[in-house]
Amino acid sequence: MKNIINKKDVEYVARLSRLKLKGEQTEKFTRQLNTILEYIEKLNELDTSKTEPTSHVVPLRNVRRKDFQKPSPTVEEVLKNAPDKERGYFKVPPIIE
Amino acid sequence: MELHKSTAHELHNLLVEKKISSLEITTSIYERIEKLDKKINSYITLTKESALQKAKGVDKKISKGEEISSLSGIPIAIKDIISTKEIRTTCGSKILSNYIPIYDATVIEKLKKADAVILGKTNMDEFAMGSSTENSAYGVCRNPWNISTIPGGSSGGSAACVAADFAPLSLGSDTGGSIRQPASMCGVVGLKPTYGRVSRYGLVAFASSLDQIGSFTKDVRDTAIILNIIAGHDSMDSTSVPEDVPNYTKHLINNAKNLKIGVPKEYFIKGTSKEVEKTILNSIETFKKLGAEILEISLPHTEYAVAAYYIIAPAEASSNLARYDGVHYGYRTKDEGRGARDGDISAIVDMYERTRDEGFGDEVKRRIMLGTYALSSGYYEAYYLKALKVRTLIKNDFDEAFKKCDVIITPVSPTPAFKIGEKISDPLQMYLSDIFTIPVNLAGLPAISLPCGFSSEGLPIGLQIIGKPFDEGKILQASYTFEQNTEYHLKKPKLN
Repeated sequence: MKNIINKKDVEYVARLSRLKLKGEQTEKFTRQLNTILEYIEKLNELDTSKTEPTSHVVPLRNVRRKDFQKPSPTVEEVLKNAPDKERGYFKVPPIIE
Repeated sequence: MELHKSTAHELHNLLVEKKISSLEITTSIYERIEKLDKKINSYITLTKESALQKAKGVDKKISKGEEISSLSGIPIAIKDIISTKEIRTTCGSKILSNYIPIYDATVIEKLKKADAVILGKTNMDEFAMGSSTENSAYGVCRNPWNISTIPGGSSGGSAACVAADFAPLSLGSDTGGSIRQPASMCGVVGLKPTYGRVSRYGLVAFASSLDQIGSFTKDVRDTAIILNIIAGHDSMDSTSVPEDVPNYTKHLINNAKNLKIGVPKEYFIKGTSKEVEKTILNSIETFKKLGAEILEISLPHTEYAVAAYYIIAPAEASSNLARYDGVHYGYRTKDEGRGARDGDISAIVDMYERTRDEGFGDEVKRRIMLGTYALSSGYYEAYYLKALKVRTLIKNDFDEAFKKCDVIITPVSPTPAFKIGEKISDPLQMYLSDIFTIPVNLAGLPAISLPCGFSSEGLPIGLQIIGKPFDEGKILQASYTFEQNTEYHLKKPKLN
């Protein structure tokens, strides 16, 4: 198996992904991601220098509509599923010390 | 009368003729679920109370002589990734274990307007990531044909519940094969419509450029009936397409003459089980006898589809799943507020990380990390942009092929249902089980899985019929013709 991504890379990617990995998890994911990335290298067999990318199969265009008011959910509804809330706001741990 | 075995259109006729009530249908289905679903685990949540109430309402309408829709009073199961107002929607994940949507998906609004009776929410791989319904935080779902095998995935619960007669029909979603592969393994009909045909509003996003809602049914007529109800443009989904919706039941024509069927040589490769290959070749022979013209075609970039998909889908997922942060809804770690870790992150970031580590399963984490890696600085062009270019090549292959044929026939899956546990520790092997379904999503095409035979062990095998964009009609005609001339769809698993 190739070493395309190492343990340090996985720790970095986990941080970017907002995932806290435990020690043995990092090793397992490093191994598995290497297997997958090695398979994906197959794409390099193809010459795509003259190919345009396709991000969407449906031709997307700007959709405009008249600017009119529609009902929106109430504060109570929006907060209904919140893990923590106070006085009509979402409540979170401190963002700055 | 064994009501649970009936199709939706059979039940509709019984309702119209007043031979049975919706309450009787709904009650008898729940009796069966309550007796037998512990073996299968196809449902995560049942909504019996609201279902019985809805059924009573429909019965009242019928007794008053009001006109009813083709799905009025018909029970239906919904994959637990489709938002249902006031009904818990978990996506098979711990992170949404307590999430109760405040709105309905457009397809649910449409079903409610048609007076369908929602039975409950079905089991699935977490956030639709998987091919076996083993990645569910609510327990493994089993295949009714053999409970030591997987039902396929990710819509395993929606496929299994129709196969086991726990619902006459159901909705699922398909990002890389998640309707067709479980339909194939459970011996039911599964349609993934063209990307843009059915609104995705309220479908919890996995990979937005690939996701599409579709159906599981016991026969092709029901597939046309439910597509009539769920298809159409929706101002709430900017990628839904403003094309007219034909009456799909008009395409149920038993005729394969003048039908040009393409058979791509790249779909008959080593790694496919001999039984599957033989069954598909027999089906092609059936079409030939029915007067269809069979053409060998080539889709030369097929072997690159899985690799391109496992960049594109995780990249989109890594962005879509960023919303699960323990702030607005869903699970939050009990271990919050511990303050900075290593002195470089704040208490809120610590909360995000713990919440997501505890809330997501391994497959979801793998794909989030894979997608984040592919999109990260220095790798974007090598991985993501490369994959998008290969997607163009795959789409061009289909465009080219469809100049010569009306539909394309292939296997759905290289093997019948595999054993529970067989591939779960080897992600790449699991990914490769979707080799024949993934290209269709990358190209945004419609495709069906149709029962076409059984393995020597008695497990169902499915036939894939792929159509041109927005030509579900041709797929339905080909499928209906095959079904009218074969009996595979009539065989039932034994569950006692």
